[in-house]
Amino acid sequence: MNDPQQAIREKQFEAKIARDEKIEPKDWMPEKYRQTHIRQISQHAHSEVVGMLPEGNWITRAPTLRRKVALLAKVQDEAGHGLYLYAACETLGVSRDELYEQLHSGKAKYSSIFNYPTITWADIGAIGWLVDGAAIINQVPLCNTSYGPYARAMIRVCKEESFHQRQGYEIMMKLANGTPEQKAMAQDALNRWWWPSLMMFGPTDAESVHTEQSMKWKLKRKSNDELRQQFIDQTVPQAELIGLTIPDPDLKWNEARQSYDFGPIDWDEFWQVVKGHGPCNKERMNARVSAWKEGEWVRDAAMCYAEKKAAKKEVV
Amino acid sequence: MKQDLYTYILGIADNNLILGQRLGELCGHGPSLETDIACTNISLDLLGQVRSYYQYAAQLNERLTSEDQIAFMRTEREYLNVLLVEQPNTNFAYTIARQFLYDIFHKLFIQNLQNSTDQTLVAIANKAIKEVSYHQRFSSDWIVRLGDGTDESHEKIQTAIDDLWTYTNELFQLTPNDEQMIKAGKGVNTALFKDTYYAQINSILNEATLATPQSKWFQKGGKEGIHTEHMGYILSDLQYMQRTYPNMEW
Repeated sequence: MNDPQQAIREKQFEAKIARDEKIEPKDWMPEKYRQTHIRQISQHAHSEVVGMLPEGNWITRAPTLRRKVALLAKVQDEAGHGLYLYAACETLGVSRDELYEQLHSGKAKYSSIFNYPTITWADIGAIGWLVDGAAIINQVPLCNTSYGPYARAMIRVCKEESFHQRQGYEIMMKLANGTPEQKAMAQDALNRWWWPSLMMFGPTDAESVHTEQSMKWKLKRKSNDELRQQFIDQTVPQAELIGLTIPDPDLKWNEARQSYDFGPIDWDEFWQVVKGHGPCNKERMNARVSAWKEGEWVRDAAMCYAEKKAAKKEVV
Repeated sequence: MKQDLYTYILGIADNNLILGQRLGELCGHGPSLETDIACTNISLDLLGQVRSYYQYAAQLNERLTSEDQIAFMRTEREYLNVLLVEQPNTNFAYTIARQFLYDIFHKLFIQNLQNSTDQTLVAIANKAIKEVSYHQRFSSDWIVRLGDGTDESHEKIQTAIDDLWTYTNELFQLTPNDEQMIKAGKGVNTALFKDTYYAQINSILNEATLATPQSKWFQKGGKEGIHTEHMGYILSDLQYMQRTYPNMEW
């Protein structure tokens, strides 16, 4: 750190970000920048891949062919997001296998929301509407983040997420306008997914450890609490429009703030799920680990075949 | 004639529905993200084709008048898919072997369906041909990769091919209704490409250093609605929502 060259390089680096120029894989970057980005991008990639599970749970039971096809396409999009986020992460000098290892060992985190179960069809609607809706609010600012490969990946991810969000809302709308049984199913899903969705924005600003540095690197442009408020203000009228009730007795429009006031979030529940004790943490991890283990012979075969083929080419 | 054509269309489309359903079970559980994406993609293609077939069939039937009624509201005996497509995803080798044995058939079938005198079927076939060509490339490539990969993969894929072989012949079984549709110029005479089918399979298995099974004991029944024990479970998932909440819009 006492190296004067290093200090100059760091200064130039920060100046580049301040000018809104992108950092590219081959550019010099401080080690902390690299590590922070590996952590955040891989966490995002893991969330996409683990997120396939709760929704995948309903592919075989989707109520109509149209819904089945749309859900398959959505889960496929998520696999695609995972793929190019892992690829973006690899540009920082870490392999996909290492990243999986971190996920499987519990060292890397993924979004806690996917540790909740999808127990009715309405949950598929609620995930699209609320979870993807919250994800978009978190992710849109990242389209302008400082690391080039991440920013470019996010542009595509956000486009697709916004399509998913509309699709989810449309599922909810159909249920809310349906029979009393369907409407109850929709309300029940909203009741269960509302609070976990608010928790997706992370702890309150006072408790958030990463915010300040992330703001500087444009990994974050608004605080957790600001984003959470934005989500609430955007979502409450959408619920009203289809006749569903937000499960928060303290929710009230605040004329002075031009925003909704809302009730206390159960942070004990948040930490319980983050620390691995949510309703489906074990199931999700087991599903990922067993897919990886059971697929090992397939990946080995593909590798071995590719080597044989390359060797044959050399002989020719 | 309307009823015959209806039955004939189900005989084609039910294969896609059940295979698409089987592939849908795998989403998120495959050996790599790339294979997950590919299997989902194939499932999507198959179900897209199903929708076109059923929408057409729904115009020909008096009882089941929408694609969803046809897909979800029949009893097990009324599904006319071959037994091959309902076989489980025992492991990736079985998934690929099942796909391969179906894809080779499916492509030849669609190529021939392009010459049907029924213009709706021709339109569906024209759209499907690109998709099924891709499916065949995908599954054939994996057969070669697994066959000529490691000892373990060789053994696994050989076992899967051997086990599923017994379901291949049924692909070429012609029901009296099939024969009538062939006579009418609408249906595909699968007998004409049976040898080509086995020759193509043999050639890819050779390339994969795999043995072509010699067994002549074959299973049948699916085309008459007599299925394996797996089918009931497939349908319990498939029909769950429509049976639990009848007469609702989704």
